[in-house]
Amino acid sequence: MKKLFIFFAAVLLTSPLYAIDQEKRFDDPEMQARYEQLISEVRCLQCQNQSIKDSNVSLAADLRREIARMIEEGQTDDEIAEFLVVRYGEFALYRPRTTGKTLVLWIAPFLLVLLGGFALVRILRHRMSLPIDGDSTEEGQAE
Amino acid sequence: MNRYLWPLIAVGALLIFLVMGLRHGDPRALPSPFIGKPAPQFELPTLKNPEVTIGSKNLAGDYAIVNVWATWCVMCRAEHGFLLDLAASKSIPIYGINWRDTRLEAIRWLDELGDPYLASAYDADGRVGIDWGVYGAPETFLVDPEGTVIYKHLGPLDPVIWEREFVARMASGGASK
Repeated sequence: MKKLFIFFAAVLLTSPLYAIDQEKRFDDPEMQARYEQLISEVRCLQCQNQSIKDSNVSLAADLRREIARMIEEGQTDDEIAEFLVVRYGEFALYRPRTTGKTLVLWIAPFLLVLLGGFALVRILRHRMSLPIDGDSTEEGQAE
Repeated sequence: MNRYLWPLIAVGALLIFLVMGLRHGDPRALPSPFIGKPAPQFELPTLKNPEVTIGSKNLAGDYAIVNVWATWCVMCRAEHGFLLDLAASKSIPIYGINWRDTRLEAIRWLDELGDPYLASAYDADGRVGIDWGVYGAPETFLVDPEGTVIYKHLGPLDPVIWEREFVARMASGGASK
C-alpha cells in the first residue's frame, strides 16, 4: 500500500517534466522568467483552451520562437502583446488588456458579486424580520 | 409580486445567452483584425523557384485572393477542386502561401492535383503566416485593388461560400461595404 502511494506520488510530482517547452531559451534567469510568464498568457489559436506554453502544435512553437526573439531584441511586454493583438486580435491574450471593448470582461465579475451580495443582504434582512415561532425552529432542528 | 419572477427572468436570460453561444457556429472562427486594413507586407521566395520572390507587390492593382495551404492540411485537399475551377474561370488571380510545409512535398501535391495558383509563396518557418494572423489552414483572404484585406474565410472554400462572401463583397465595392 505504501509502495503504491509512493508510486502514484512520484507519477504526479514528476508530470511537470513532460511539459512541452523544456529547454531554456535564455541564460539570464530574469529573461527566462519573463519568457515563461509571457508564453503562459498567450492563447494557442489552433487549440483554443491551451496556452502556447502548454501546446505542441506548430503555431504555438512559432509563436514561442517569435516571443523569444522579441525578448532578445529588448522589446517590452506591452510591445509583444501589441504584436499579438494586431495579428490575432484581443482573443490571443488570456488577460485581455483594459480597452473599451474588453472593459465589460473586467467589470462584469465584480458587478455580479456586488449584485449577489446586495440580493443576499436583502434576503437575510427579510428573514430576520420574520417572527420567530416555535414550530419553524423545531422543524429546522429536525432537519 | 411573485417571488419567483426575478430568478425566472435571470435564468431565462442565461438560457438565451447559452443558446446564442451554441448557435454561434464554428467556435474556431475568430474575427480577423485585418479586415479593412492593408494586407501585411511580405516578400518570400516562390515555391517552385526559390530565386523568384513574390509578395505584396503582386497583390496591387486588382482584386486577388491569398490562400494559405499546406500538404498536411486535410481541408486544403477538400477545397482544392474548387480552387482549380475558380482558376479555370479566370475571374480572379489566386495566390498561395504554402505554410509550414516542405518544398518537395508541396510541389508534388501541385503536380498531382493541379496548380490553381498564379504563384505560391513558400513560408517554411511560418513567419509570414504569423504576420497574416494565420492560425489554421486553409485560410483565404480577399484583397481589394488598393491592397486592403476585405474578407477572410477560415476553412475550405466552396461555390456557395464563394458567391455569398467573396463575389458579393467585390460587387459592392469591397471596403465601402
